Amino acid sequence: MSKPRKFNDPAVLVMPAVLLLALVFVGPLIWFFIQALASIGTPAEIVAHAWAIITSKAVVTALSTTNWISLMVTLLVLLISYPLAYYLANNQGLRFTLVLFCIVVPYFTSIIVRTYSWMVLLGRNGIINQVLQHLGIIDEPLALLYTKTGVLIGMVYVLLPYMVLTLFAAMKAIDPSLMRAARGLGATGFYAFTRIYFPLSIHGVISGSLIVFILAIGFFITPALMGGPSDVMIAMLIERSVEIMFDWSGAAIMSLLLLFATLVLYAIYYRVTDVRRMMRA
Amino acid sequence: MTSIESGQGKGAIELRLVTKRYGKERVVDSVSASIAPGEFFSLLGPSGSGKTTTLMMIAGFADVDEGQILVDGTDIVAIPPQRRGFGMVFQNYAIFPHLSVYDNVAFPLRARKLPDAEIRERVGQALELVRLERFADRFSRQLSGGQQQRVAIARAIVFQPIVVLMDEPLGALDKNLRYQMQVEIKEIQQRLGMTVVYVTHDQEEAMNMSDRIAIMDSGRIEQVGRPAEIYENPASNFIARFLGEANLIAGTIEEVGAGMAVLRTAGGLRLRARADPGVQSGVQANLFVRPERVMIARAEGAAAAEPALNFVSGRLAQTSFLGNILRHAVEIEPGVRVTVDVQNASSGLFRTARETAALTWAAADSVILLR
Repeated sequence: MSKPRKFNDPAVLVMPAVLLLALVFVGPLIWFFIQALASIGTPAEIVAHAWAIITSKAVVTALSTTNWISLMVTLLVLLISYPLAYYLANNQGLRFTLVLFCIVVPYFTSIIVRTYSWMVLLGRNGIINQVLQHLGIIDEPLALLYTKTGVLIGMVYVLLPYMVLTLFAAMKAIDPSLMRAARGLGATGFYAFTRIYFPLSIHGVISGSLIVFILAIGFFITPALMGGPSDVMIAMLIERSVEIMFDWSGAAIMSLLLLFATLVLYAIYYRVTDVRRMMRA
Repeated sequence: MTSIESGQGKGAIELRLVTKRYGKERVVDSVSASIAPGEFFSLLGPSGSGKTTTLMMIAGFADVDEGQILVDGTDIVAIPPQRRGFGMVFQNYAIFPHLSVYDNVAFPLRARKLPDAEIRERVGQALELVRLERFADRFSRQLSGGQQQRVAIARAIVFQPIVVLMDEPLGALDKNLRYQMQVEIKEIQQRLGMTVVYVTHDQEEAMNMSDRIAIMDSGRIEQVGRPAEIYENPASNFIARFLGEANLIAGTIEEVGAGMAVLRTAGGLRLRARADPGVQSGVQANLFVRPERVMIARAEGAAAAEPALNFVSGRLAQTSFLGNILRHAVEIEPGVRVTVDVQNASSGLFRTARETAALTWAAADSVILLR
């Protein structure tokens, strides 16, 4: 083997990324957990403390809020994204470019900027309420900001591209002649969609939903800025533990909980994409 | 409900001046054809000739810009594809990858909401017909190309359509398998007595299977006829070249009479051939003769002035070995080569270049084609 071949070795190619991750992510993470947990005491004390935190009212409430919001966000994102992705997968040229542009460009803007924009739009005297009142559709301004509705709107907006692009990839892989075959063989458009198209896009639906749900449970900025006092998600609770309570060990335990949930979901995601690969082979 | 939708019709298809435009281009241009019930009818042509677009208009996947498509006398142009009741076989099979062979074949029946017991019976029969009974639980990825093709055929015939449309169904198969499948499709078609409209660019395939062939070029039907008819009597230089090997010897018409004409080449050779009444002396034309109709002899034969035969001598320029056939190129005039196919019957035939060769063929085996 000649020398340059060595640089093609996969191990060499991923080395910089692995080093970076180990140095700035995995290393500090482990160091933080060890430090924070060690300050509690013996392993038995750690377990008892962790159990107390996990079963505490604040954490239980935050977890159920997190789950509920994430679930709703995932469902809403899915409902909005499916037709959008279908449109993208079945159009070319200017229409495709234009719609894709509208979905992807917000991606490149800071999430804080976008969240503040929503606040301008949704506020009590925001543009939406003013317009609705002017049109006489409502008498009183709607409570859009600092409520769960506000959090949902903001998070759905931020997470939309992940779902659209995942679904788009799954739909693009569907041979368009299958739908034609279905109709040629006597199926109505609806029957062909439910029996052929949707089942073939289901793995995109599952992986897209998992991605969005994984991202949603760790959300911080949007619920912090747009949510009300009762809409405390787990990431916000972690932040408060550190910033306000200086409770590093509590934050570490909650972080571990979040990390664990994420890893479990990721494992499911990995299985789903694996199954898809098996289906193709 | 039309006869085709109810499945009660005979399956006669008539295209009346059917036209399809993409922008200003007429990709299918005033195509008319009558297809009889139970006929195996092929649309044959090079890519871009409009054959697939014509089929897609019959199927309902492409809109008809002008003209009518009648099935058993009823215009179906406004009927959506799922209600036309045709069986369809697609070029890439279009087997549903997430459904088993059984579920694929059952799909048209379930779409028609047939009772389960009947579905089981019909799917069983269809799978038996294509000899896939043992593969009912498999998925398409577990099947060979030929087996996938059989699934597609079973799925197209399972609901007993009177018309089946096939779009280059054998294009992706290798040569030997393709021949075998041609025979199988033809057998099934004859057994079930259905009308088949078959699109292909493979001449041999079309000739082997079809009752009649329509040759298409640039959106028009150039000639319709039985395979042997078109092969022996091509209507144009394009068809002569497209359907198998052809010699086209250029010249000027010198004499006309009684269905025959004499063509004089640039080098002064005089050759006789059949000619339409429309052929007049003085015009530029080609003499068409199939390579296998030309005889070759080593030495100068008796170049008797026999009017029913053409005699030409030339020099063997090249020989190609094609297995069962030896294909000789004989130069009869500077720059004019005649292809002669000889059965590879015995190994003693000459294969030496630059040898003199005498060629002869019956005047009746050659046709004058105007340029």
